[in-house]
Amino acid sequence: MIDEELVQLLTPEGERVENSEYESTLNGDEIFSFYRDMVIIRRLCNESTSLQRQGQLALWAPIQGQEAAQIGAGRALAPMDFTFPTYREHGIAWCRGVPPENMLRLFRAVSNGGWDPQKYRHSVPTVVLGSQTLHAVGYAMGIQRDGAEEAAMAFFGDGASSQGDVLEAFVWAASFNAPVVFFCQNNQWGISTPSTVQSKIPLYHRAHGFGFPGVRVDGNDVLAVYEVTKRALDSARVGGGPTLIEAYTYRIGAHTTSDDPTRYRIDAEVEVWKHRDPVERVKALLVREYKVKNADFDDVAAEADTMALKLREDVLAMSRPDPITMFDNAYASPHPLIEEGRREMIELGISGGEL
Amino acid sequence: MATTMTMAKALNEGLRRAMEKNPKVLLMGEDIGRLGGVFRITDGLQKDFGEDRVIDSPLAESAIVGTAVGLAIRGYRAVCEIQFDGFVYPAFDQIVSQVAKLHKRSDGAYNMAMVIRIPFQGGIGAIEHHSESPEPYFAQTAGLRVVSCSTPNDAYWMIQQSIECDDPIIFCEPKSRYWEKGEVDLETPPAGLFDAVVRREGTDVTLVGYGASMKTALRAAETAAVEGTSIEVIDARSIAPLDIEVMAKSLEKTGRVVVVQESPHTASIGSEIISELTQRCFYSLKAPGLRVSGYHVPYPPTRIEEDYRPTVDRILDAVDRVMGFES
Repeated sequence: MIDEELVQLLTPEGERVENSEYESTLNGDEIFSFYRDMVIIRRLCNESTSLQRQGQLALWAPIQGQEAAQIGAGRALAPMDFTFPTYREHGIAWCRGVPPENMLRLFRAVSNGGWDPQKYRHSVPTVVLGSQTLHAVGYAMGIQRDGAEEAAMAFFGDGASSQGDVLEAFVWAASFNAPVVFFCQNNQWGISTPSTVQSKIPLYHRAHGFGFPGVRVDGNDVLAVYEVTKRALDSARVGGGPTLIEAYTYRIGAHTTSDDPTRYRIDAEVEVWKHRDPVERVKALLVREYKVKNADFDDVAAEADTMALKLREDVLAMSRPDPITMFDNAYASPHPLIEEGRREMIELGISGGEL
Repeated sequence: MATTMTMAKALNEGLRRAMEKNPKVLLMGEDIGRLGGVFRITDGLQKDFGEDRVIDSPLAESAIVGTAVGLAIRGYRAVCEIQFDGFVYPAFDQIVSQVAKLHKRSDGAYNMAMVIRIPFQGGIGAIEHHSESPEPYFAQTAGLRVVSCSTPNDAYWMIQQSIECDDPIIFCEPKSRYWEKGEVDLETPPAGLFDAVVRREGTDVTLVGYGASMKTALRAAETAAVEGTSIEVIDARSIAPLDIEVMAKSLEKTGRVVVVQESPHTASIGSEIISELTQRCFYSLKAPGLRVSGYHVPYPPTRIEEDYRPTVDRILDAVDRVMGFES
């Protein structure tokens, strides 16, 4: 449909496709668990959009359409790998074990981060896009110096692919043969800017110019994304150097809840991509090949609803932080201006903290 | 034990000692390995510590700092060399949006322990972008600390103290002073990293500076002494945070303050010092505080840079003005 070099193992109709380089290694239970993850993350996304519309979140960045890209990549990671996300990697965060309510702390505007990045080995959200790719390369250089068989993975999109930091990260990763995987979700739109404005060649072709392999995978095919990512990570961990993966996908929803995509793209395009839905194609495969029953799908839907209900309760329970917490962790060691600010806030009665 | 060496050598020795003490300390920058850096500050360190710890980087400042962030997350302490002050701006986003904020963004899970070394200020007759004073940009950013050395002894100790600090440090090195020699005490540090020190005692005027301006300030104090004016000279050392107590104590004695700096004076370190001192010592003031700064122009061609940088004459003119002020 897009490119003859596109790696695809499952058609939009859920039929298996032969690929000369990749084959699916997943059994039925594993594929079902991937399906479950995608359904849950879609439900999480829908609940979050509702929460934003109800005034409970400052913003939300939907991922509908990108579930396979994120779950396929997220499930390919090993526990000791370390991931560097943007603000839209809810599926990766889910795979890393970040509790859903923690993912919403940023969007509830009660935190600039939301989770312990060292605990989950999943870095904090990056809003100045592209900068995180350099963090991933630096982390990968640390892995090399520790002699560990681990990898770092940087997430970014077609928009951020134009950032200087991303291209510098490519240069450095190649120069130092760093154990890093660059995972670009080309969801076709950087807010209103089509990906064709960001690049005149397929994005994965860029890797060649930097001296490492690039692969374009059907980002709506969770089986293919998993295999492509797993191979890239396996290679990075044992000294094979970086890989650029372009997960070719589509942002079905708005850029964020502040965006109105009807101003810049046509419905027909969205409809085409809805027919390539990443969740439905796996479901079709599970029904046909593994005889998964409706009751099992219903169980997953019920589990997702339960998660969403708890998420809603947790979000509503997130109250305004005590203003004095703004002084926490501004610096790692004592600082006179932090003490001065804290003292003023207490003296003015803004916070009930103690001097 | 004390020995005499140049500031360049003192920095080199300080880096060497920090690397010997802590295997997580890495150096990274353009041309710092085989060449030893354009100023030779890292001379010989790659030979002794290897290419994995003294990293010759591709030419990309944002990447030097951005990868240092990743290394910090992994538990390393990178000392980044920015080749010249005017080359730091490509790294500005990484410094102010990432390095400065990631400790906060991670709720304390990350320490952004790193040192960003910047040879700064003018006085070496270079071409454009090699003589600037970018420290006010960084002093304004919460999450960063900014320091500057003015003697070989401070250089030796402050670089080590900066590497040990858990917060990110912008380390400003007065490049025009790299080759001047001074005594270095190898046993005991002269002061804490964030302490200002009195370089010369006096009773009439408090003169505050940092970096390369210290030498000019001390010369001005000598000249003024001949003319009968007693100047107390303070080396701020820490630009952010400022050790304002030491300056306030001096001002309460002298009642007059002049700050000398090479950056333009708008929103400068001198502005902050005078504002803070005015607030704290209002009733001790005998004259308004004055700044002797670079002019509000792009750094000039260096054939005329000595008319841009604060000179002894311009400092003495400011001293005369505060001495002659009548309320």
